[in-house]
Amino acid sequence: MHPSAAHAISWSGVQRSSAASICLCPPAERVACSGGATGGQPRVHSLWGPPQQRRDVNGGANRFPTRRQVPPPKGCVCDALPKETGMKSLSVRGKEEGCQGGGGGGRRRLLLLSRGSGASWTTSGPSSSRTAESWANHCCRTLLTVRAASTATDVAEAATEYEAVIGLETHVQLAAKTKAFCSCPSEFGAEPNSNVCPVCMGLPGTLPVLNEKVLELAVRTSLALGCNIARTSKFDRKQYFYPDLPKGYQISQFDEPLATGGHVDIDLPVESGGGHCRVGITRAHVEEDAGKIVYAGADRLSGSEYTQVDLNRAGIPVLEIVSEPDMRTGLQAAEYASEVQRIVRYIGVSNGNMQEGSMRCDVNVSVRPKGRAKLGTKVEIKNMNSFSAIQKAIDFEIVRQVELLKEGKGDDICQETRLWDEGNQQTIAMRSKEGLADYRYFPEPDLREVVLAEEYIDRVRQTVPELPHEKRRRYEAAGLSMKDVLVLANDVDVAEYFEAVLACGTDVKSAANWIMGDVTAFLKANKMTVRDMKMLPSSLAELISLIEDKTISGKIGKEILPELLTTGTAPRKIVEAKGLLQISDPAALEAIIDEVLAANPKQLQDYRQGKTKLQGFFTGQVMKKSGGKANPVLMNEILVRKLNSG
Amino acid sequence: MAAIAARGSVAPGTHHRLMHDISTCCTGQEVHFRRSPGVSRLPILAVCRRLCTLCSKMTPFRAVIPSASATFRNPCKACNWHGRASPSTQFSKSRDPEAISFPGFLAIRPGGKQHQKGAHSSATFSSTASMALSVAAAASATSLLCSIAVSQRQGWGHLGSFSSTGLIPLPRRLTSDCRRSSQLHVVRNVTTVKSSVATKPAGAIRKIQRMLESRERSAVEITEEYLSRVGALEPSLHSFLHVASDDEMLTQAAALDRHLAEGKELAALGPLAGVPTGVKDNICTKGMPTTAGSKILEGYRPPYDASVVKRIKDAGALVVGKTNLDEFGMGSSTENSAYFRTANPWDLSRVPGGSSGGSAAAVAANQCVAALGSDTGGSIRLPASFCGLVGLKPTYGRVSRLGLIGYASSLDTIGVLAQSVEDAAIMMGVISGQDICDSTSSHSEVPDYTAGLEPLDSFSSKPLKGVRLGIIKETIGEGDGLEEGVIRGGVDSGVINAIKDAGRHLEELGATLDEVSLPTFALGLPAYYVLATSEASSNLARYDGVRYGLREGGEDNGLAGMYKETRRRGLGPEVKRRILMGTYALSAGYYDAYYKKAQQVRTLVQQDLVRALSIFDALLLPTAPTAAFRLGEKITEPLSMYVGDMMTVNVNLAGLPALVVPCGTVPGGPKGLPVGLQLIGRAFGEGQLLRYGHIFEQTAPVRLGPLPELIPA
Repeated sequence: MHPSAAHAISWSGVQRSSAASICLCPPAERVACSGGATGGQPRVHSLWGPPQQRRDVNGGANRFPTRRQVPPPKGCVCDALPKETGMKSLSVRGKEEGCQGGGGGGRRRLLLLSRGSGASWTTSGPSSSRTAESWANHCCRTLLTVRAASTATDVAEAATEYEAVIGLETHVQLAAKTKAFCSCPSEFGAEPNSNVCPVCMGLPGTLPVLNEKVLELAVRTSLALGCNIARTSKFDRKQYFYPDLPKGYQISQFDEPLATGGHVDIDLPVESGGGHCRVGITRAHVEEDAGKIVYAGADRLSGSEYTQVDLNRAGIPVLEIVSEPDMRTGLQAAEYASEVQRIVRYIGVSNGNMQEGSMRCDVNVSVRPKGRAKLGTKVEIKNMNSFSAIQKAIDFEIVRQVELLKEGKGDDICQETRLWDEGNQQTIAMRSKEGLADYRYFPEPDLREVVLAEEYIDRVRQTVPELPHEKRRRYEAAGLSMKDVLVLANDVDVAEYFEAVLACGTDVKSAANWIMGDVTAFLKANKMTVRDMKMLPSSLAELISLIEDKTISGKIGKEILPELLTTGTAPRKIVEAKGLLQISDPAALEAIIDEVLAANPKQLQDYRQGKTKLQGFFTGQVMKKSGGKANPVLMNEILVRKLNSG
Repeated sequence: MAAIAARGSVAPGTHHRLMHDISTCCTGQEVHFRRSPGVSRLPILAVCRRLCTLCSKMTPFRAVIPSASATFRNPCKACNWHGRASPSTQFSKSRDPEAISFPGFLAIRPGGKQHQKGAHSSATFSSTASMALSVAAAASATSLLCSIAVSQRQGWGHLGSFSSTGLIPLPRRLTSDCRRSSQLHVVRNVTTVKSSVATKPAGAIRKIQRMLESRERSAVEITEEYLSRVGALEPSLHSFLHVASDDEMLTQAAALDRHLAEGKELAALGPLAGVPTGVKDNICTKGMPTTAGSKILEGYRPPYDASVVKRIKDAGALVVGKTNLDEFGMGSSTENSAYFRTANPWDLSRVPGGSSGGSAAAVAANQCVAALGSDTGGSIRLPASFCGLVGLKPTYGRVSRLGLIGYASSLDTIGVLAQSVEDAAIMMGVISGQDICDSTSSHSEVPDYTAGLEPLDSFSSKPLKGVRLGIIKETIGEGDGLEEGVIRGGVDSGVINAIKDAGRHLEELGATLDEVSLPTFALGLPAYYVLATSEASSNLARYDGVRYGLREGGEDNGLAGMYKETRRRGLGPEVKRRILMGTYALSAGYYDAYYKKAQQVRTLVQQDLVRALSIFDALLLPTAPTAAFRLGEKITEPLSMYVGDMMTVNVNLAGLPALVVPCGTVPGGPKGLPVGLQLIGRAFGEGQLLRYGHIFEQTAPVRLGPLPELIPA
């Protein structure tokens, strides 16, 4: 009746591969549908009936909260694609590259836009979609006088009369093994469109099933942020058209978010004056990520010939954390973001990697004359992939807005979304808020409400470890300087290691010095992390105690450290095997010293004639002779005696 | 007990005052009647009236919602004057154990003067309508959306007799036998008719299984028979969008025969072993085209089987093909298919109903034994009624929706169309059950649906003894069309008679039959069309040409051009209309007036139905206002097509199960046109419904004759 499908559907690779590769299973960590569970299990609302039945006559009274609508992440994602995963080229000219991988080879590779028809949409046409680059070009020419990033003096000057009000929206990818609503792996860096299934590709007839792990990670994060967890929350559909959004809507939470009202405590870096501040959290909600757009055919977006979509990221769970507009400087904002990163790493809900896009920040900045209560016009900045970029982007934006205000051009500040252009160190206008999409939120009918039992929340609460700021307070109390505290507590792995060393009875200061000094330097030089190193905390403790009880010299300690770090052998074994024990026997030392003195009669004579500076020479010679093993204190004592006794 | 301050009537012409006065509807919710410029909100579905206990007239009022435990049975002023009861008589459950708690239905104490029937409300609604139309100027979608609202108020005008007043249809007193002691307005039907019991052949599925078991016929023979019928009838019926290849079918049948020859038990091969089954084309079938009747999915072959398809295949069914439907299930006649129109086997010039029209035509013409359909607003029941079949729309959540191409996710259900109740029960048993891939599927246990289906000879003389049935008064009312609350004007008298006869027959079988009034019944339709279109606008956003299906205009026009061109060419007019309406209803600034309000009405409708079902075991009503209409008759009038769904959408809004069984015919076509009786059951009460339906079917006095000759000479 129909001509059989003349053109293979884009994901024909899936179709051809074995049946097992098509998995419609719900996420491995899905929420069970069984309703009645009350034993602390989270459950989907158990009432029978259409999911919306609870949005009854009284429901939705506060339908539209005042939260700003966040524009979808569009464009500019291509930078984040690692080069080694470069997407296979698309069949612009009707080729079907990429589909051949779907066969028995076991390697699934398919291109969403690779179609027999050869059609592909492109951004290079005259009425092409907005892209970051085209906006950038447009704006550079029309709106901005191009200039370098603002200097510290600019910022300080701006801050004398004006005050900036800054809020952040942070998207944190949750480290569940599978995506939020299907069973696809949520790993980063896989072959494009290999971690996809009918559900996350938005094929007709597919349904989402909530991954329970996502809920747990989101609740844990929200608890770590000091939020109130909603006992009942629901999912909504946020609707807009974009090729990276397979269903035409994003499953998000709108008016009943999972968490509200928390805070983050920040310690500002000592170099910039230090101090503490607290940033409020307005809300945190769970949503799914969109796919990734890749502009191909050229190195730069502007010359790209065609566009590809990689849906590996589509459906990956994300927690959006919205801060209160409590920050006043770029530094505070950057520190807030890095504290959020620290928290999510501490509690193990995300790797918080900004380069991979596991954590993304959108910043809202407005500027007002000091002392005025009314807020200025808010500008949103996107596309910053490091904390320093956040700080620079905000500082640039503050200076830009203050200058406009000073010039009496306050009206030129319009509510818009701007992009941080890392290359030119400036923000550029992307789109005006006037053309803001209406997301037409409504409750997601394919998912039930999420009802969390008290016991469940309590159970998750128990999995929240000591948080960074709590750790910092504890280290401070232990007598470490704020600078050391900030370094040690910065990385949860480092902190754990540090504490494990302390647990072996090592002195706080020496443990801190070793870890922050030689260990860190070695790791940095060898591009390793604390997790990569083989040296057990007990080994470091042993090394320190060997030095302290003068079994070996500090010098020997530093020398054998690389071996310890890379092999994990116990320090005493290395020391013994290599005969590196410190020579503390006076007789042995005397013998060495005598030899040195005998070998250097001229220098000895000079010394005795008053050139006492030569003592250092002799020390060095003795150390050399002893292979660095001489106990420096004892050796010096004998050396001085012998030098002066002649 | 909560106080009720009711208002009497307001003279015509005092629109403004009235609109402000009626600021609270019967649920205690604010009704947005504000008229400040620019922000006028259209209360599409405001209900500002209550039913009188005694005369069952509706009166506008201003009331605080009574607490759930409170029961009110206040007669209206008119009745007080007739001395039927003292004013503000109140009963509570404890004092009057017979009183049925049904607060949503009744509660009134008019405080004003005698109400002038119709006049006040007419004023209200005509001005509301004008408001609607002023808003409508904004967008094309608006006008239709508003028309829905207006049509509801202006009384289904195109349906004829009823309502020059522009009222929401209101109930009226049906007989003088008004049972004052009951909370419900229940009228005992005293008429009785002689029951005439006739035999009915057993279901086709069991028949096939018996033949296979006894080796009377092989699966291959049976399959060949059905395939030849498909081939012969398709040119005149057009039931299928895609038919499985003969080879495919016969290979499967041969495998079945081989298994049987090897001595395998038939039972081990599944309850549907060797049963040729049709699948509606909006249900995904692995490797078999699945288009949902839309050009935008032409040639699309899903990589997976829908849960229901997997289940029937596992049960041994042979999928004959994919049946025609209204595009994405949007329509009531199967005329909205992007490919071709399906004819009704009873009269080839008439529609088979929709949207599961292909499934219905195929089953009715015996092109397959049974078929899967989907029901979002009546899409199984309407075609079942039009084609003289049994159609079961299960409880929402009973059957997994995974693989059903979404139209309105909170209303969609997959169900079955079959020639007998027994066949439907067997099919239901196969497709029901929890699916972990559908979060909205229910974990409740699946009973044996065939258990209650006794053979005719084992029936007692009163097999339905003790069964309480309620016939929904608003759907079968009589009168001059000016009576309030009766959806009379649009309902064909032949249909009403058939339903009433069926009711009498059920009484003969031992059931008690009462009339029940559901004042919110008529509100369902506009609410349905707001909710369904809203969800549709979202569910259909994925057809953007990026990943699958049709893609147009991508080469030259950029992204937006591709979107526009793909959807312009790929989607049909009805689908576009509903997407526009739904998009509009969800737009910022209109959400409260449309979507939210419709959800509120949904709750009311649901509450009313559930309450009624706490008294009755099942509710009776027609399936459609008319029997099958002619092809092309309504295609140019979307509104009149929508109104055809008024008997069915409430069931979807409430998520309840409903069964349609043929109950008679009305004149038309070569051999009359079938009429289906609709039975609404309690949530997850499919088994009960099937039992009633089976008993009715086996004993029904009216039998559908053989189909007319389908192949034109």
